[in-house]
Amino acid sequence: MSLHSPAFSFRRIGAMVLRHWYLLRSSWPRLFELMYWPAVQMFMWGFLQLGITQQSGMLVAATSTFLAAFLLWDVLFRGQLGYSMSFLEEMWARNLPNLMISPLRPVEFVVSLMIMSVIRLSVGFLPVTVLAIWFFGFNLWALGIGLAAFFANLFFTGWAVGMFCSGLVLRNGMGAEGLTWSLMFILLPLTCVYYPVTTLPVWLQAIAWSLPPTAVFEGMRALVINHVFRADLMLWALGLNALWLAAGATSFVVLLRGAREAGSMISVGE
Amino acid sequence: MDTKTAHTAIEADGLTKHYGESIAVGGISFLINQGSITGLLGGNGAGKTTTIGMIMGLITPTSGSVKVLGADMARERYRSLHRMNFESPYVDLPHRLTVRQNLTVFGLLYGVVEIANRVAQLAADLELNEFLDRQAGKLSAGQKTRVALAKSLINEPDILVLDEPTASLDPDTADWIRGHLEHYRSSRGATILLASHNMLEVERLCDRVIMMKRGAIVDDDAPEHLISRYGRQSLEEVFLDVARGRREPASEGVK
Repeated sequence: MSLHSPAFSFRRIGAMVLRHWYLLRSSWPRLFELMYWPAVQMFMWGFLQLGITQQSGMLVAATSTFLAAFLLWDVLFRGQLGYSMSFLEEMWARNLPNLMISPLRPVEFVVSLMIMSVIRLSVGFLPVTVLAIWFFGFNLWALGIGLAAFFANLFFTGWAVGMFCSGLVLRNGMGAEGLTWSLMFILLPLTCVYYPVTTLPVWLQAIAWSLPPTAVFEGMRALVINHVFRADLMLWALGLNALWLAAGATSFVVLLRGAREAGSMISVGE
Repeated sequence: MDTKTAHTAIEADGLTKHYGESIAVGGISFLINQGSITGLLGGNGAGKTTTIGMIMGLITPTSGSVKVLGADMARERYRSLHRMNFESPYVDLPHRLTVRQNLTVFGLLYGVVEIANRVAQLAADLELNEFLDRQAGKLSAGQKTRVALAKSLINEPDILVLDEPTASLDPDTADWIRGHLEHYRSSRGATILLASHNMLEVERLCDRVIMMKRGAIVDDDAPEHLISRYGRQSLEEVFLDVARGRREPASEGVK
């Protein structure tokens, strides 16, 4: 018998990570899916970059910005998706009420989903970065310490959006599932993944700079093209991410409270 | 702590839940003593599931309160959740995890010490050994119910809330589950709250029955007293009288 229930428990977080690890391990389609899309997109962008280089003679290949941009975009997208998918697995399994009546605290649930997003991304992303070296001679890891700052900031944004999306699904049921897949794509044109911020109209640039990933992608171009690590951009992204994470956590708490008021957690499922 | 509180497992006071204009539960009050088995009966839409949801802290009451082991479930549920558990055929365990993996995960969540021993003990008690390493989604209905019961007992809860624990089970398996619940209550002194549509089950297991209709408690007594007061032969006949509003009890109604 459990005699007490601490307010925060790494054991409970570990339990949730173990639950999803068991799931991943038991399902080869899930593992395959983690690698499939990143690999397909890496090849598409890699060959596009190669084609442009051959036709124009530009030094696009040398700069490798397309591949770096794609790989970092995938960190952002898969970071959010990894978080949200682990949450959705509980909804699909109709297991959420079991968790919500257990001593698992919302903060522990959220932390376990963050850990799972890192694990899920690693499973799919690491092999793809190796393929990028093999096929296109592009070594993302050669970006060095800057890469850690890029990854951290992109994960933070992905988790903030993931918290918001999972809160929406909690409150509104599986009808909101589609947003989990699509919401992040609004950031694709605005965060200037494949082009400099100056490409945007001036009025849109202000909006772009309010989005943390914009600073990451600008920082990536500075590092890949000019070999300069822009710490100022990373700090800007970090500051924005603090706000985004606070907003994501607040939205999750508010939507969870709304779900308890609406009684939507008693009848979860497909 | 006064004597009443010391022996009270669940206390609902003016418990109310509105969904917009609709009243799911309309200001019900009751006390459930520790060590008792109480049946929560009522037709579809009577408010049983909403009441259970509020007891488990899954639903926030519109007004009123429900306390479990002294903790208000809307505000301080984590004081009690580790001493409670829940089982329902409408809530599943992750299908792709084996029975052992599921029980291990929930053992960790509930802070169970020596989980492997506890899983082995439950497997022996509930006869799970044959399929302990099979995926939960590949079990028969009866096996799934036994596994769900094992999950609900993983933390040896003081309060066990069961929503139709024998729904869709064959009579033999259902009888076996009831026997196990009786044994658990007597050996642990646990409190069991049971929502069921099976009147024979309620008659056999419950010390007391709370009958609900349209969000209100319409009667509350021991099964044999209800049968006697309504002048009927079985609880099923009493249930039909209440559900269809056919007759009033012979003596006073709600205690």
